[in-house]
Amino acid sequence: MASDATGTVTVCTGTGGTPDRVTPVTDAGIDPRGVGRLPAAFLTPGLPSFIDFLATHAEHLLPGRRPLPAGLVPELPHATTIVAAGFDGGVVMAGDRRATAGNLIAHREMEKVFPADDYSCVGIAGAAGVAVELVRLFQVDLEHYEKIEGALLSLDGKANRLATMIRNNLGLAMQGLTVVPLFAGYDLDREIGRIFSYDVAGGRYEEQQHHSIGSGSLFARGSLKKRWREGLTADEAVRVVVEALSDAADDDSATGGPDSDRQIYPLVATVTADGYRQLPDEDVAAAVQATQGKPGGDPR
Amino acid sequence: MSMSFYVPPEQQMKDRADYARRNIARGRPVVVLEYDGGIAFAAENPSRALHKISEIYDRIAFAAVGKYNEFENLRMGGIRYADLRGYSYDRTDVTARGLANVYAQTLGSVFTQEAKPFEVEIVVAEVGSASGTDQIFRLSYDGSVVEEKGFVAMGGQAEQITTGLQEGWQPGMSLSDALSLAVAQLGRDPSGGNARTLDPTQLEVAILDRLRPRRAFRRLAGPLLERLLTPDDPTTDVPHTDEARPGLHDTLTGESSPTQAGGSGSGGSGGDDGTGDTADPQPEEGPA
Repeated sequence: MASDATGTVTVCTGTGGTPDRVTPVTDAGIDPRGVGRLPAAFLTPGLPSFIDFLATHAEHLLPGRRPLPAGLVPELPHATTIVAAGFDGGVVMAGDRRATAGNLIAHREMEKVFPADDYSCVGIAGAAGVAVELVRLFQVDLEHYEKIEGALLSLDGKANRLATMIRNNLGLAMQGLTVVPLFAGYDLDREIGRIFSYDVAGGRYEEQQHHSIGSGSLFARGSLKKRWREGLTADEAVRVVVEALSDAADDDSATGGPDSDRQIYPLVATVTADGYRQLPDEDVAAAVQATQGKPGGDPR
Repeated sequence: MSMSFYVPPEQQMKDRADYARRNIARGRPVVVLEYDGGIAFAAENPSRALHKISEIYDRIAFAAVGKYNEFENLRMGGIRYADLRGYSYDRTDVTARGLANVYAQTLGSVFTQEAKPFEVEIVVAEVGSASGTDQIFRLSYDGSVVEEKGFVAMGGQAEQITTGLQEGWQPGMSLSDALSLAVAQLGRDPSGGNARTLDPTQLEVAILDRLRPRRAFRRLAGPLLERLLTPDDPTTDVPHTDEARPGLHDTLTGESSPTQAGGSGSGGSGGDDGTGDTADPQPEEGPA
């Protein structure tokens, strides 16, 4: 794909290099043919989704629609472990802060848990660049729907929307740019917290109680199974997910443990009927403090 | 060959303008005015579903009069434009000026090229970081743009209402004073008779609140709006944190939080504003 000076995007076929289609679009959304008015795609009624709009108007902004160059994908930063657990009245999600590129640490302070909208959050594992782009797109898509329709999507609607996005990313995944999210939110109709996991093909699975994804998830899941129980309070659940992350960091080199020297702590967020809330560092630090000195967990 | 009479371009444009103006003046008015904490919008609109005022982006709102399907189309186009721009660049790069420009181009080319002009008049308003930096653009059916200072009225009796606002409006008004002024003007009788008192349920009222961290647009309804419109009530401003009420965050009614502090922002902890700066994931830097 090449961009010329007028902002016209030329989509080239992989082999011949001859343009098979010329679509006049700009990222700014203006019709570049000089008229300056909003192109017809902007004024077409009946499309509440931003992603569907991009697909008709600015396809090159969608990660799954870009043609991939031939060759191997270079070593890129990867996001690692995310854990989520339900508690009485909501869900908690936590992610470590490390991104790795091969055996190197690419970034120490990466944020991998994001609010998707007021009542849901999404955590990411996999190729960091594509994952962050997908999350941004997902956030804009949910807000776009909210503004156009004047209503919130149901939690199942949001989960399905994310599944479609992952499915459209399959081509990238097969090239090694895999993204697997973990989605959790508060269901306003059923008044409970729910957790959804995904596979690379866009399969959507509702998880009961708790779940973990990423390279350290094996260890985190073991920890969650032992420490999680029915009817936890929010504070207890925070403690459980922080412990699970510490266990993952203990055995997985790609998962970063809490770093009190640099004041870098896992990112922990809760979603309840009051909405999304990211815990301040002090609260997470206190939860971390409570687990320290007991790397094998609290014997009870 | 078909016979057609020659119509001079002046006459053609005048006919189109008259047609659009006549139909716009037939609708109910919308008032947009600045107050000390942001920009307020008020319209007489008994419908709860078909809005004349709406959110476009974090700090930008839209108000319109005229034909519903036409301004609804423009509203949607505006949201798509703003979301696309914010997604391609950054959320701070979406401005009311940019949006007003594309609306002007769109309205202008529809006016000259299509069979019929859009019978709409719209306002694009952006709340700034300090009072005096707010921007209000008014766009007419022919694509002309005017940047208004302080207040603007559109739709039926717009001229009379503007005169009323000129007399009553002053910079730094409180929200309750600004809304009372706007609602009094909306209730004016066009033929000069006794003014009607508009009930809060007949009104569509919204604000762009300067003190909110990201999305500044909120609709006002219910007891909160009633208190704001009651002259003796101490409520002069809205709380700057949302009510603990599951659902769409965009409406403040004052029903679920009994401690409505006037002006001083209800002493909210602000801890729940998790959708502030963290809402937009920063692209990660690659390994050095």
